Amino acid sequence: MRKTTYIQAINEAMRDEMRRDERVFLIGEDIGHYGGLFRVTRNMMEEFGERRVIDTPISEQGFMGMAVGAAMVGLRPIVELMYMDFFLVCADQIFNQAAKMHYMTGGLLHVPLVIRGQQGGGKRYGSQHSSSVESTFAQFPGIKVVTPATPYDAKGLLISAIRDDNPVIFLEHKMLYFTRGDVPDAEEEYTVPIGKADIRREGTDLTLATFSYNVLQALEAADELKAEHGIDIEVVDLRSITPLDMETVLTSVAKTGRLLAVHESQSNAGVGAEIVARAYEEAPYLLKAPARRLGMAPASIPVSKPLEEELLPWKKNIKAAVLEMLR
Amino acid sequence: MAEPSLKASVPSAQAAVAEPTAVLATEQLLSMYRMMFLIRRVEESLLELAESGKIGGAMHTAIGHEGAAIGMAAALHKDDYLTCTYRGHHHSLARGMDPKRAICEVLGKAPGFAKGKGGSMHFLDPSLGLMGANGIVGAQVPHAAGMALAAKIRGEERIAITFFGDGALYQGLMHETFNMAQKWKLPVIFYCENNRYSEMTPISRTSSVSEIFQFVRAYGMESIQIDGNDVEVVYDAISKAAARARAGEGPTFIEGITYRLSGHMAGDLETYRSAEEIEMQRAYEPLTQLRQKLLDRSVTEDDINRIHAEVEEEVQAAVEYAVEAPWPDVAEAYTDVYKV
Repeated sequence: MRKTTYIQAINEAMRDEMRRDERVFLIGEDIGHYGGLFRVTRNMMEEFGERRVIDTPISEQGFMGMAVGAAMVGLRPIVELMYMDFFLVCADQIFNQAAKMHYMTGGLLHVPLVIRGQQGGGKRYGSQHSSSVESTFAQFPGIKVVTPATPYDAKGLLISAIRDDNPVIFLEHKMLYFTRGDVPDAEEEYTVPIGKADIRREGTDLTLATFSYNVLQALEAADELKAEHGIDIEVVDLRSITPLDMETVLTSVAKTGRLLAVHESQSNAGVGAEIVARAYEEAPYLLKAPARRLGMAPASIPVSKPLEEELLPWKKNIKAAVLEMLR
Repeated sequence: MAEPSLKASVPSAQAAVAEPTAVLATEQLLSMYRMMFLIRRVEESLLELAESGKIGGAMHTAIGHEGAAIGMAAALHKDDYLTCTYRGHHHSLARGMDPKRAICEVLGKAPGFAKGKGGSMHFLDPSLGLMGANGIVGAQVPHAAGMALAAKIRGEERIAITFFGDGALYQGLMHETFNMAQKWKLPVIFYCENNRYSEMTPISRTSSVSEIFQFVRAYGMESIQIDGNDVEVVYDAISKAAARARAGEGPTFIEGITYRLSGHMAGDLETYRSAEEIEMQRAYEPLTQLRQKLLDRSVTEDDINRIHAEVEEEVQAAVEYAVEAPWPDVAEAYTDVYKV
């Protein structure tokens, strides 16, 4: 084991898979010679050359479509979207094309494509560079949605995503990029399976189901709630939204009797609403109190620091929600 | 040559028609004629099935467009990738798709190549290089460029061709794709079947550029305009474009002038054009042109009628097979969501 950053973990996953599998290539804006706006693809051009690390013009529809086409004939493209907000620019290629291809061809074609990039608030990028998009993707069968919170998971899940035969949306969080964590030594191969949640903190009073950067916020909130109020929260890191590991969530709820789902995409019709609804459908008898969700308030993300902090479902808002539920 | 037809149908444009340099053997023209007549009869049969209520949704026939498909099939290798618009029955049949399974697919029947899940707008057969027709205008064009990119990354000889209508030229991703394909010298052929109507609206009412083949010249791409109804002209243009692509010289844009004799889709009211306009075009349509070529080479009316009779029998058998074919098991509704 060694400590490494989330960025480094993602970089290593791509590098290792490109060394292992000739079919993997990278395509996106500023990813080659510059090494990516956030330096996630640093040194890839030097090692793999322009044939497999392709700098594109600012043409999201065009290069997303070309990646889909290359995947349809058996290559395994990794597309970087500089900001996940830009998925809307090339939405047709993701949703109408990649997501539906296997189904509408009766299984004759499949699209082994990874779309990765960072999302989320916290850096004052404003409305068009801070959205969290997982709930939108969750509406479309045919794609998987992966949301790692730690460097270990980022590397292990990205390797699984690259080896997956389906389109995988790999959502990084800009607040996680410089976080550090334990990752096995470079020569030690490992993967993390897509679709399996992880208990990050054990607790008895409430199950907090979340993912991505919100895991870190939830863990801080849990420590403070314990110290300040003696409340003991169990934090479930979902790690992927599609597939959604409700089994782990409900096993936890069986213990705590309370459920709060937290995420940075919109609260309205979001993943949290889905988790809560499924808890009521599948195991209402486990709930001692009404289950709740906490997502983004119905506004776009503003640039101003206090305004951004007001809206994001981070530590302060998580603590307030938990205290309300346990009052 | 069909120059008068082009002038008559594009009054404002002076079509730059290339003379064919390829002269195909009579035997090959005969087999082209057979396939073209088969495509025509399959599509006419599909329109009858649609009228009788057996086909749901949107079905777009390519009656009058067959020249592009027939010329392409002769010019390209069997494993060259092809993507096309939802008006794409003709490309698939020309490449060898089984008419029985094609009709089954349109009807949503189990023996369809996609088990009835794709239908008329999503014809494909990867074993024939047919990588998919597409329901979204222009969406299949970057796919073909991506397949060409894949061939280039793998160091293969293979090229890609994509077919689209004149209406697709006004989608932004087309221009993104043209730029990248030219910049990266991708082995891809962009074939525009210009039938003069973007669905129900003549392009003269929507386009600020009167000659479509001029668009890509801004990207430095080789671009020509041809008579898309003459199979020899099409064969020649695609052969040359394919040779350029295989030699690493990059993409070619071909604007094949044609005319859609059928409606935009089954059930089109066709209020946007006159019966006289359609009648005038019948003199220049691909089947008429090819038939005349054959008669000029001393193929007899009897020979042609024999082909007609054989094809008629095959198409009728295919229609009967498809109408009688079973529906897919309802369990199929839940399969193929993810590749496992």
